[in-house]
Amino acid sequence: MIRVVVQSEPVDVAAEFDRVEAAGAGAVASFTGLVRADDGVTTLELEHYPGMTEAALIALAEAAAERWSLLAATIVHRVGPMRPGERVVFVATVARHRAAALEACASLIDRLKTEAPFWKREVTADGARWVDARAGDDAAAARWR
Amino acid sequence: MAVELLYFAWVRESVGTGGERVDPPAAVATVADLLDWLAARSPAHAAAFGDRTRLRAAIDQAFVPLEAPIAGAREIAIFPPVTGG
Repeated sequence: MIRVVVQSEPVDVAAEFDRVEAAGAGAVASFTGLVRADDGVTTLELEHYPGMTEAALIALAEAAAERWSLLAATIVHRVGPMRPGERVVFVATVARHRAAALEACASLIDRLKTEAPFWKREVTADGARWVDARAGDDAAAARWR
Repeated sequence: MAVELLYFAWVRESVGTGGERVDPPAAVATVADLLDWLAARSPAHAAAFGDRTRLRAAIDQAFVPLEAPIAGAREIAIFPPVTGG
């Protein structure tokens, strides 16, 4: 079962774990990305492309589900303004055994960073700036293709 | 052929709008041609599209290179490299 959610509300990890654990498999792997307080960031804002974002995340989840024979995959990505320490993204993968679940989870977070239309803007005491894409993220995503 | 344009992140701020409907002439064949045509229409567009290495595009909600043909497109989005996750 594929579950993709793009929301402005905080990510309820406990509820998401309840859903994926109900899939009845032996292995659940997950990744949670938090807003860092690096460089005096007080607020992180996430912009996205409604419609394309959901379609891109569903395509990534379906590709991972097929490649690793997943029983379920969940991607919850927050948009709008958020504070340091809050959850930006939650990814969970469900498989019969740990290797598939762990690899699929790593692939999903690597690929969504470069293949889903989100843009980060950091607000600090000195003003706001759009975050630049990192070459390292492209390399991380490329190893799964 | 009228087409809906969408701008995101600093491209949206630089152009000064999140979207617009335009009707480029037939000679405008690719996304790159479209950017040239738009840049000639206003200083804000010219500033936003000045450095093509910082721009990415999608046609009808699928990523495409800037050399992609736009014939038949309903919606074209222009934006910086993505930074989600």
